[in-house]
Amino acid sequence: MTKFMRRALETPKELAWLAAKAALDSAEMKLDQIDGAVLGSAPDAFDGMHMKGEYLADGCGGWRKPYLRCYVGGGTGVYAVAQGWFQVASGLFDTALVVCEEKMSTCQPHPQAAFISIFDPFTEQPLKPNLLWIFALEQNRYMQTHHITLEEIARVSVKNKRNALGHPSAQLGAEITVKDVLASEVMAWPVHRLMVSPTSDGAAAVVLAAGDVARRLTSKPVWIQGVGWCLDTAYWTNRDLYYPEYVEKAAWMAYRMAGVKEPRREINIAEPYDPFAYKELHHLEGLQLAPKGQAPKLLADGVFDRDGDLPVTPSGGLLGVGNPIAAAGTMKICELFWQLRGEAGRRQVPGKPERGVAQAWGDLMQVGTVVVVGTSEPKH
Amino acid sequence: MNERVAIIGVGVMAARPSSEHLSFKEMMFEAAQKAYADAGIDAHEVESFVTCAEDLTEGISIFDEYTPDQLGAVQKPMHTLTQDGLYGIADAVMQLRSGLVGLVVVEAHSKHSNLENPNSILNYALDPVYNRPLDFNPHVIAGLEMNGFLHATGITQAQCAQVVAKNRTHALKNIAAAYPMNLRAEDVQSSPYLCYPLRDAEMAKSADGCVVVVLAGASRAQPSKSRPVWIRGVGFTNDSPTLESRDWIDAQYIRAAAAMAYGQAGIKDPVAEIDLFEVDDAYAYKELQHLVALGIYPQAVAAGRAVENGESGAAGKMPVNVSGGSLGIGHTLEASGLYRLAEIVCQLRGEAGPRQLPRAKVGLAQSWRGVPTTSGAVVILGR
Amino acid sequence: MTHRTIKPAPNIVQGTPLDAKALKRGKIFLNSYAPALRYTWDTGEAMGRYLAELKNGRLIARSCRKCERVMIPPRMFCERCFRPTDDWVYVKATGTVNTFSLCYVSWDVRRLKQPEIPAVIEIDGASPGMGILHLVRKVAPKDVRIGMRVAAVWKPPAQRTGSITDIAYWMPINRRSQRTVSAK
Repeated sequence: MTKFMRRALETPKELAWLAAKAALDSAEMKLDQIDGAVLGSAPDAFDGMHMKGEYLADGCGGWRKPYLRCYVGGGTGVYAVAQGWFQVASGLFDTALVVCEEKMSTCQPHPQAAFISIFDPFTEQPLKPNLLWIFALEQNRYMQTHHITLEEIARVSVKNKRNALGHPSAQLGAEITVKDVLASEVMAWPVHRLMVSPTSDGAAAVVLAAGDVARRLTSKPVWIQGVGWCLDTAYWTNRDLYYPEYVEKAAWMAYRMAGVKEPRREINIAEPYDPFAYKELHHLEGLQLAPKGQAPKLLADGVFDRDGDLPVTPSGGLLGVGNPIAAAGTMKICELFWQLRGEAGRRQVPGKPERGVAQAWGDLMQVGTVVVVGTSEPKH
Repeated sequence: MNERVAIIGVGVMAARPSSEHLSFKEMMFEAAQKAYADAGIDAHEVESFVTCAEDLTEGISIFDEYTPDQLGAVQKPMHTLTQDGLYGIADAVMQLRSGLVGLVVVEAHSKHSNLENPNSILNYALDPVYNRPLDFNPHVIAGLEMNGFLHATGITQAQCAQVVAKNRTHALKNIAAAYPMNLRAEDVQSSPYLCYPLRDAEMAKSADGCVVVVLAGASRAQPSKSRPVWIRGVGFTNDSPTLESRDWIDAQYIRAAAAMAYGQAGIKDPVAEIDLFEVDDAYAYKELQHLVALGIYPQAVAAGRAVENGESGAAGKMPVNVSGGSLGIGHTLEASGLYRLAEIVCQLRGEAGPRQLPRAKVGLAQSWRGVPTTSGAVVILGR
Repeated sequence: MTHRTIKPAPNIVQGTPLDAKALKRGKIFLNSYAPALRYTWDTGEAMGRYLAELKNGRLIARSCRKCERVMIPPRMFCERCFRPTDDWVYVKATGTVNTFSLCYVSWDVRRLKQPEIPAVIEIDGASPGMGILHLVRKVAPKDVRIGMRVAAVWKPPAQRTGSITDIAYWMPINRRSQRTVSAK
């Protein structure tokens, strides 16, 4: 991983290279031991490039190698690891380097303006929508349906920004209170500034290897036990936004593959996508780690704390570490890797976790991507 | 694990210079319906979907948002590749081989007519620091490469013009082609230079279109249920993205992609073992450069002679681009590779009508993503 | 082959943050580029008719006889049944707020004193849950409610262009039907 930063000196290509090199170094591997490279990167509008996958190819280690760029909007960072998984599982590759990069600061004067082009050009863009709209609309629907309060949601920001204090890549680690969150300015009611992740520059990368190769390379591989992804209809104004069905479907795809039948008992650590505070709770419900509408209560009870029964987002998440879109999802996979190996340092959760789930989300509140990893080799 | 993967259905929209009567969603819906009917499947049976598209040629960021509904992919696994459609085929093959899914759909389309200033978009693909400030027409990259390629190989401008004449004449027999024309090489050579030595008429014109392909593992692809065309090998590779450090003579990306695909297919002698080729001809010289990189000619100069003496024509001993290629069909952005693949499927099934080749058992489709990229894929199909 | 151990998580990560001071000092060179990107999207059948009817001051939907849904925005295919939709159906220019926000930031990130009120509005005559995105005005932000009844306010015919903005905004129609929690 690189640092996650508001604005980086490095070019997109250099960010990709720094992350790719760090991943190779950690595995004590050279690029020529990599059979193929996968890039995940979200909208082209940010890096200021058309065909940015092509431009980034050499930074991702793709020179004269099988290389491609995949994306599912904000869900890309976790999806790219699933892509790397099936490329290796296909038997066509022994190893894969998965790199996710985003340099949002290229887009001036403010990266958020680029988001207008994600909306439907006929039915939505003429209304001049801000990205905040859709999150605020969804959060309001979620709160209304389950009678959730803003205080309950603000706790996510408090927990994640605190957790991020222990992360060397973090952009916004902080010790804050619920009061601070609610006192921060209203961006788009019910969303306050401290409930929103920042725009960031950064990259993250992982090395994947087939089972027999992995066992040769390390005595402590972290196994990909399940992958899942799911895309819902583009007609988001025709859906009830209170619950992410697409996350549930993606989660069960991954859980089935991992042989997980009771997620709440069999998952020891979770890294759900938290670009906005309420999304972590929303996603925990979609991931079957909390009953519908109950995630806020479990959070208040301390269940999701780093030393709680189910540590959630020990990395600090997008709210604390930062949100270079695709790279943020891969950051969550990196966190599980370190946590399951007991190498997360100040962020280490107690109790030797054996299985974790990472999840990302994106598009028009539409896509769920899920990867389950664990310390034991899967049987599929 | 699905060791063997087949194409069991293809839906092709005729390529046309424009397509005002259909939104991109409606175009995809029509192509999908054709493909599912061809495969004899119901959309609900499909387990995973892949779309090949770039945000900036759609004019919509995070384009994958708008892909599921018209393909029947709502609440299904679906993702996008910013690659040519043949990468989508490779992606589907890998998903199937991993055992994750048993039935996959790949889609790519072009609404190029909706781009008001395509050269500006292409310019936006150049390195922002090293190249873009020079403010040159991005097609100059093809001119630079063609000049180097002709100089190094001894292939002539006249032979490149012959590629255009051959492919556009082939397109006369293809109702899906947007630019059929009974052309002679002399006609092409009288066209003005776009950027020396590349002439206007040697660049494929853009078209709108859409192709949807259905792929299945062996258990679903029995001849009793469909007319499977088997995927024998897939390969894809990038060379250097920088203009400053790439190989300007040899298409290294295709050399490596072909080695990967030949390896899987067990092909040692492509000339003897492959009956027909559909290769990228976004610029006429590219057909020859790509054939050389595919290892068809021991010496590059022979690629030029082959087009001159008709060997690579529909009636020749090694037909290349009998569909009309991108010069004849039109260049359809990321769908270009899938039009070539669709032609091979059609030929291998014996359904090519007036274009049908007498011997079509094994075919090769190849793609390149156009300037300024060095990104290419190879798919080998067999009956 | 010996077993190697992958190195533990790094305490130092790479990357060089820039701050405003560094930029001002002029030690860092920047390249600017404003892309010229222009598109004219084909509306096709469904959206073409939708926009034409907006110009006429009417909302139109498409129905699927199989799942019996009336869908707005209209489409020529039913994404659930994966078959062509069947009939054009006029629906009312009134509806119910499904969810809303009070947004104090414009699309290009300018701070607004008075919030915009984007809302998903479920359209009367379409199937339950079939909403469109639009803006609510002529109501105090604190009075907006989920479940509030609203009506479209059309631009004068001469100003309509065949766009979603031919509806200028939506406004409340029946204050008594308002219920549930307030915006703030």
